[in-house]
Amino acid sequence: MMKPFLSIKNLTVSLKSSKEPLLRSVSLDLAAGNVLGLVGESGAGKSMIGKAILGILPQAVEITAGEIWLNDQELLRKPAKERRKFIGASTALIPQDPLTALNPSRRIGPQITERLVDILDWKKDAALARALELLNEVQIPDPERVMHSYPHEISGGMRQRILIASAFAANPKLIIADEPTTALDVTVQKQILHLIADLQARHQTSLLFVTHDLGVVSKVCQHLSVLYAGKVIEASEIRDFFKNPKHPYSRALLAATPKYNDPASSLTPVPEEVIAEVEAEIFAPRTECSHVN
Amino acid sequence: MREHRKKTKQRLGIRLWLSGGWLLVLIAIALLAPWISPKNPLEQDLFAARLPPFWMAGAEPGFWLGTDSLGRDVLSRILEGSRIALLVAFIAGTATCLIGATLGMIAGFYRGWADRIISRFVDIWMAFPPVLFAILLVAVIGTGLTSIIIAIVVIDWTRFCRVVRAEAMTQGQMDYVASAQVAGQKRFGIMIAEILPNVIPTIVALLTLEMGIAIIVETILSFVNLSISSDAPTWGGMIAEGRTSIYQAWWVLIFPLIVLFLTVLSFSQFGEGLKDRYDPVLR
Ligand SMILES: Nc1ncnc2c1ncn2[C@@H]1O[C@H](COP(=O)(O)OP(=O)(O)OP(=O)(O)O)[C@@H](O)[C@H]1O
Ligand SMILES: [Mg+2]
Repeated sequence: MMKPFLSIKNLTVSLKSSKEPLLRSVSLDLAAGNVLGLVGESGAGKSMIGKAILGILPQAVEITAGEIWLNDQELLRKPAKERRKFIGASTALIPQDPLTALNPSRRIGPQITERLVDILDWKKDAALARALELLNEVQIPDPERVMHSYPHEISGGMRQRILIASAFAANPKLIIADEPTTALDVTVQKQILHLIADLQARHQTSLLFVTHDLGVVSKVCQHLSVLYAGKVIEASEIRDFFKNPKHPYSRALLAATPKYNDPASSLTPVPEEVIAEVEAEIFAPRTECSHVN
Repeated sequence: MREHRKKTKQRLGIRLWLSGGWLLVLIAIALLAPWISPKNPLEQDLFAARLPPFWMAGAEPGFWLGTDSLGRDVLSRILEGSRIALLVAFIAGTATCLIGATLGMIAGFYRGWADRIISRFVDIWMAFPPVLFAILLVAVIGTGLTSIIIAIVVIDWTRFCRVVRAEAMTQGQMDYVASAQVAGQKRFGIMIAEILPNVIPTIVALLTLEMGIAIIVETILSFVNLSISSDAPTWGGMIAEGRTSIYQAWWVLIFPLIVLFLTVLSFSQFGEGLKDRYDPVLR
């Protein structure tokens, strides 16, 4: 593997109140221009990883250990102001819900261009031209009209296209896509996936692709990390994973992907030994307490 | 479905026009009161006391809505009273809004210790019965227009604070805030440029509601004789005075009451109408 563009080392994120860890010593590597899939069930901590990288963790949690390297610079040790600037210039987010990801009371145009002008010091007409170019690139009909519209005047699929355009507008080196298709219609999902994969390849952006859909992963990613209860339990190349998943949970995950040509196949539950393994760790502190008593 | 939506929209339009129309008329009256009042609102005439309104037997020309027990013209006093009513409504409403909404935005968007302090404060504040609180306050700082306004602000800022805080909090969790943060916008910039436009419709609706409430509070204070000096006519004062002679001269009480009711209603309806009309999300 090439030298990673994004590298997370032993990242632990915990609740401030109870010190309970939500991410437990997570490590990931993403090479420049590659796509890394991050899968896991709901609540596993996928979004938390993205938020930690982007510096937008909720107030109730904190990073208690670990390092995040982006383009050979360690983020967590940078002063807050500098870190924000660095992240703003080199990364972007494609959020899950296109309904709330655009500000409902502002027109779409400024929401795309403002960031280029205010934060990255672009000239106003350059930003405008760039926004139009990107809207064209994501196949939005009549981009001028769309720039003057409010988000609620536009369909969900179109909004997600706009968000994708907006994410790529400033030529970021890294994009984090947090389940970018979950909120969409099945028919639209596929187009959006193609669009993201296509733009990623064309702009050679590194992409961290969060999803719980293995089918999607197999189409767009080169590598994959499986997260379960805040822990990376498998990290492999995509072909190896589908041919030969190492961890029992991964096998269960693969087996749980519905096969449309075989309606008789049943769902496989999470294997007992996986639950036992992870729970042993989660409940360790309590078990220790019970020994004391 | 379409048809139905259209109808609702039209009705909303009428509501906005009616309430807005009444408020405009009232503002015009308040500005022009000294010139359009048929009589001097302060002039007493014990020989013309308790004259009935114009359509009843015993009415005298010129006293359209009758006179009170001191012989003062009810219509002229209502017109003159609109000045204090609107003054209180605008100044107290705006001040309440500024203080309450600012604290609410800070608490709801910044969360953390700022939120804890402000929210605790609001909880404690709201444990006092508001009217009693106002009466005590005016009793302590003395009567007069300024104290009335201060009393209203002191009682009602919590209403703004709570509603705006909740709204700012909801907006703060939206993904567009996360995107702005990632892009490197400063917290304060996000609050002003991203959150505020989404909270404004709520603030406007609350503001007009508050203007109506301010008038009611002024009325209550007049009612317990704690308002502006007693010779300047206020609607609350008129209602309080009318109460003592309700069986002999009901008009002294009823006419200011109707005007008060329409005005308070218009304020709240105007705010709701504006919100429905201009909120891009509801539109
Ligand atoms: N604001 C928050 N405060 C405290 N805990 C949180 C907060 N947001 C999420 N969590 C907890 O962090 C854990 C991981 O959440 P996260 O949102 O990263 O899951 P996810 O893998 O993205 O799931 P999904 O597929 O549902 O999006 C969950 O157990 C969740 O309860
Ligand atoms: Mg998530």
